[in-house]
Amino acid sequence: MINDAELLGNDAHWAFGTDFEDPLAGVDTTVPAGLDPAELARYCLMLGDDALVLSQRLSEWCSRAPDLEVDIALANIALDLLGQARLLLARAAAADPSAVPVLPEGSPVPAEDALAFFRDAGHFRNVVLAEAPNGDFAETVTRLLMFSTWRLAEFERLATHPDAVLAAVAVKGRKELAYHRDFAARWFLTLARGTQESRRRVLNALDALWPLWAELDAPAEAEGVLEQVFAASQVDRPESVPAATRGRDGVHTDALTELLADMQSVARQHPRGLW
Amino acid sequence: MSEWPLYEVFVRSKRGLNHVHVGSLHAPDDKLALMHARDVYTRRNEGVSIWVVKASQITASSPDEKDPLFAPSGDKVYRHPTFYDIPEHVPHL
Repeated sequence: MINDAELLGNDAHWAFGTDFEDPLAGVDTTVPAGLDPAELARYCLMLGDDALVLSQRLSEWCSRAPDLEVDIALANIALDLLGQARLLLARAAAADPSAVPVLPEGSPVPAEDALAFFRDAGHFRNVVLAEAPNGDFAETVTRLLMFSTWRLAEFERLATHPDAVLAAVAVKGRKELAYHRDFAARWFLTLARGTQESRRRVLNALDALWPLWAELDAPAEAEGVLEQVFAASQVDRPESVPAATRGRDGVHTDALTELLADMQSVARQHPRGLW
Repeated sequence: MSEWPLYEVFVRSKRGLNHVHVGSLHAPDDKLALMHARDVYTRRNEGVSIWVVKASQITASSPDEKDPLFAPSGDKVYRHPTFYDIPEHVPHL
């Protein structure tokens, strides 16, 4: 019989280890001269929170997706976004340690976890589009299309950011986002040109989500890509009035409070826990 | 919902190797079959190239034909290069 202490003490039998290391280990996190560390941290927090919240939403599909293949695809995308969130929250914490919630003395919780699990909704900087409930599959696909189209355009721009850490995160992330956007666009088109029912659902989804597009303040490239997808799908660009959402200022819907209650409950019950 | 067609998936794990059948999946069309194959069969860095083909497009031999198809080659030892002495300085034959 193998005893537990032996197992816990030696994780060599797990090919990829059993521990998560500091995602920025070995990286020089000095903020370049000319950049305001607090502002850089705020920016990374915004992008990190977008990814973290949408990742949590997408993982709600686990075991509930329309098909096994789609289930795995959505979980993969959620994991990509979670990886981006870790790097960005770690970057925010390194740039401005005062942004990290203070935990009890001796807590082993790393900074990116403290940011993810120990802030209330009012301190989250994600856009409201990311926190909106999943709705049906058409709504999830439409949200993912809008989100990844915008985020890919944003990451393309960030690849030349003066902060080398943020630029590296963007270079790594854009390959992931290009796939997310393709996947969502393909499904959007398939649903829009599928059956009457699938088209009805995708049009409803677009109507419901479009007012949240304005908050992303998307560059022209992103608008152009969406227009192409809409044209191929024979869907008109919606003309609904933008909602005055202010997720970037910490003003959120109840949907985020509920999502966080679920996501943070275990970590908060064990602030000295080691995962 | 009517069932999506079944696709067979072939993955090439490295440059220079052959595509190998790894399994099957359901998808509404060819392009999505490729995306699903990427998600289901290459998430742990297994491949550099994927083929998908509708299972209905594959013509397969039937187990009933096993004897006429395969039995005749069973006793043709002379089709194997077993009657040659391999020189020791030829390592990869």
